[in-house]
Amino acid sequence: MAQVGLNHFLVISSILFCFGIFGIITRKNAVMVLMGIELILNSANINFIAFARYGSFGFQGQLIALFVIVLAAAEAAVALAIVLNIYKTFSNVNVDEIDNLKE
Amino acid sequence: MINMNESILINLALVILFLPVIGFIVALFLAKKVKKIFLFENFVIILAFICSVALLYLKLTYFQSKDIVSEFQWIDFGNVPLFGKLSVELGILLDNISVIMLFAVALISMLVHLFSIEYMSGDKRYNRYFAYLGIFTFSMNGIVLTHNFLMMYIFWELVGLSSYLLIGFWYEKKSASDAAKKAFIVNRIGDIGMFSGILMLFTTYHTFTSDKIFYQISQGALPFNSEFWLTVTGLLLFCGAIGKSAQFPLHVWLPDAMEGPTPVSALIHAATMVAAGVFFITRIFTMLTGDALFVIAVIGALSAFIPATIALTQNDIKKVLAYSTISQLGYMILALGVGAYTFAFFHLITHAFFKACLFLGSGSVIHNMHHEQDITKMGGLRKKMPVTYTTFLISSLAISGVPLTSGFLSKDGILAGTYAFGYATGHWLFAAAGFFVAMLTAFYMFRLIILTFHGQPKDQHKFEHAHESKFVMAMPLVVLAVLSIFIFYTPNPFNPEQGWFLSKWIKAPQISVPENARYSFMKPDAAQKTEPDVNKSETAKQEIVYSETYTEALHHAHIPAMLLSLLMAASGILLSFLFYQWKKFDPDKLAERVKPLYKLSYNKWYFDEIYDAVFVAGTVGLSKSLAWFDNTIIDGIVNFTADFTRIFSKLSGKFDNIVVDGLVNFMAYLSGFIGLIFRKFQTGKVQTYVVLVIFSLVILLFLFKTF
Repeated sequence: MAQVGLNHFLVISSILFCFGIFGIITRKNAVMVLMGIELILNSANINFIAFARYGSFGFQGQLIALFVIVLAAAEAAVALAIVLNIYKTFSNVNVDEIDNLKE
Repeated sequence: MINMNESILINLALVILFLPVIGFIVALFLAKKVKKIFLFENFVIILAFICSVALLYLKLTYFQSKDIVSEFQWIDFGNVPLFGKLSVELGILLDNISVIMLFAVALISMLVHLFSIEYMSGDKRYNRYFAYLGIFTFSMNGIVLTHNFLMMYIFWELVGLSSYLLIGFWYEKKSASDAAKKAFIVNRIGDIGMFSGILMLFTTYHTFTSDKIFYQISQGALPFNSEFWLTVTGLLLFCGAIGKSAQFPLHVWLPDAMEGPTPVSALIHAATMVAAGVFFITRIFTMLTGDALFVIAVIGALSAFIPATIALTQNDIKKVLAYSTISQLGYMILALGVGAYTFAFFHLITHAFFKACLFLGSGSVIHNMHHEQDITKMGGLRKKMPVTYTTFLISSLAISGVPLTSGFLSKDGILAGTYAFGYATGHWLFAAAGFFVAMLTAFYMFRLIILTFHGQPKDQHKFEHAHESKFVMAMPLVVLAVLSIFIFYTPNPFNPEQGWFLSKWIKAPQISVPENARYSFMKPDAAQKTEPDVNKSETAKQEIVYSETYTEALHHAHIPAMLLSLLMAASGILLSFLFYQWKKFDPDKLAERVKPLYKLSYNKWYFDEIYDAVFVAGTVGLSKSLAWFDNTIIDGIVNFTADFTRIFSKLSGKFDNIVVDGLVNFMAYLSGFIGLIFRKFQTGKVQTYVVLVIFSLVILLFLFKTF
C-alpha cells in the first residue's frame, strides 16, 4: 500500500475542481452555482495545504488557505445578497434565464 | 503792448471765423422748434461784421506792413520712414489782403442776410436758409484766414458744399437740383487738380504752410528739381480756381447756379465764393512761374471774352449778371496773369461790392415782379422802384468803368496792366481782348438797365403790382451802391495809385520762383540787384521787383489805357442806348443779319451741348461699353467657371456616392456581418461563458504545453 503523498491530494483537488466546474456549468439554480464556486475554492485550498505540507514553504500555504476561507465566506455573503436581489427582480434565480445584459 | 494787440487781432479773427458756425448750428437744430431763430443767425452775422470792422481798423492802423501769423501744431507724425519729419500745422494769417477780404465777406454776408429776411419771407425752410448762409460765411472766412493749403482745401470744399446746398435750396424744382449737382461736379473736376497740386507741394516740401513753401521755393528747392514741375504745380493749383471762379472751360456751372435764391447768387455766386479762386491765386501768386502766369492770362482772357459775348443776348436778368460775373472774374485772372497783382485784388473787392449790389437789385426787381426774370417782359420800372433803379444804375456804371466809380479805377488798372504787358512782351492780344470786353460789358449792362427800367412796361398786370422794396431790402442796395464810389479807395478819381488802397494797403508779394522762370519784366534790373536787402525782416513783404521797362510801361499805359477804356465804355453805353432806348437800330434786324453769331451767343457758344455730347455722352457711352464688357466677358468667365464647377462637382459627387460611399458602406456591412457571426457567442448566459473560458483555457494549455 503506497503511502499517501502529494499526488493523492492533487488528484482529489482536481476531482473537486472538476465537480465545481461541472456544478457551475450544469446547474440552473444560482445557489447551486455558488456551491460549485465554493467547491473550486476548496479545491484550491487543498492544493495550497498539500503544497505547504509537502513543500518547504513553512506556513505560508496554510495562511493563504485561511485567507481563502475568509474570502469565500465574504464572497458567499455578497453573492447570496446578489442572488436575493436577483430573486426580487426576476422572481427566480435561474441563471440561464437571466440574460438581460445581453442587450 | 504790441504783443497784446497782436493777440487781440488773432482773437478777433477767430471770433469772426467761428461766430457764423455757431449761428449755423443753433439755427439748424432749432429751425423747426423756434420760429424766430433766424434772428439769432442775423444777430451773429452783424456781430461778426462789427468785429471785422474792428479788425480792419486795428490791422490797417497798427500793423499796416506786418503779417500776423498764429499757428499751432495739429498733428505730429514724428519721423515717417521714407519721408522724413512730418507734422501738420494749422493756423491763420492776417495780412492786409485777408483782413480787407474778410471785411468784404462779412459786410456782404450781413447785407445779404438782411436782404433775405424780406426776400425769403414765407419760405417753408426759412430758418434752414439762414443756417446755410451761416455755414457759407464760416467756410468763406476760413478760406480767407487760413495760412496753409490743407485748411484752404478743407474750407474750399466747405464753400462748395454750402454753394451746393444753397443752389439746390428749392430742390423740389428739377432744374434747381440739377444745377446744384452740376455746380458740385464741375467744381470737383477743378478740385482734383488743386488737390494734386497741394499733394505735390506737400511731398516736395513736407509742409502745408504756404509761407514755408514759398520760402523754400525762394531758396531754390523745386518739385522734382525742375522749373517745369513748378509750373505744373502752379497750374494744378490754378485748376481749383478755374472750377471755383467759373473760368473757361469750367464756367458752365455758374449760369445754372442762378437757380438758387437771388440773395445767394449775390453772396456766393457773385461777390465772395467765386472770388475765392482769384483770392487763392493772389495767395499763391508768388510761386507762379512765367509760363504758368501766361496760361492763367490766356484762361482769364478767354473767360473774360466768351461770357461777355454770351451776355449780349441773354434775356434772363440773372443769367446776364452771371455771365458778366464770369467775365469780370476773367478780368481778375487776366490781371494776375499779366502781373497786375494789386489791380486784380482791387478789382476783386470793388467787383464784390457792385456785383452784389447788382444781384440784390435784380433780386429786388424779381421779388416785386412776382418772380419774373425775363427782361423782355419788364420795362418802365424806373418810376416804380426809384431806389432799386438808382443803385442798379450806379453799380452798372461801376461795372462799365465810368469815371467816379470804383469799377473805373480797378478796371482801368487791369487794362493798363494788359497794355503794359503788351508793351513789355509784345502780346497785344490780351489788351485787345480786355478793351473789347470793356465795351461789351458796358453794352450788355445798359441793355439790361434799359430793358428793365426804361421804356414802356410789357406786362401791364405785373407792372401794376410792382412797388419799391421795403427798408431791409433797400438798405443793402444803398450801402453797396455807395461803396461803388471812388472815394472809399482813393481821393483821386482818375488815378488809384496814390490812393491808400493801392499805395499803402495792397502790396504785391516778392516773387519766389527762380529768376529764369519769371516773366522777363519781373526780373530785377542789374542796377537794383546789387542793392542788398538783407536788413528787411522775413515777414515784411516786399513788392515785386519789376524791371524798369515794365514800370515805365505801366506808367505810360495809364493815360492811353484810361482814355481807351473811357472810349470803350462810352461807345458801349451809347450803342445800347441807340439800340434799345432810342431805337435807332433794330436789334432783331441786326441779329437776323449776323444770324450764326447771334445763335452762337444766344446758345452760350453751345458749351453745354458740347459738354453733353463729349463728356456726358462719352461717359455714358464708356459706361455702356464697360457694362457690355462686364455683362458678356466678365460675367461669361464667371458663369463659365460656375458651370464648370457645377459639372465637376456633379462628377465628383457621383464618385463620392459610388466609390467612397461604397467603400464605407462595404466596411460597415463587413463589420455587421462579422458582428452577426460573433453575436452568437454573446448569449448573456454566464454558464456559456464559463464553458467557453474553460474550453479556451484547455486549448491554451495544449498550445503552450512545454512540459
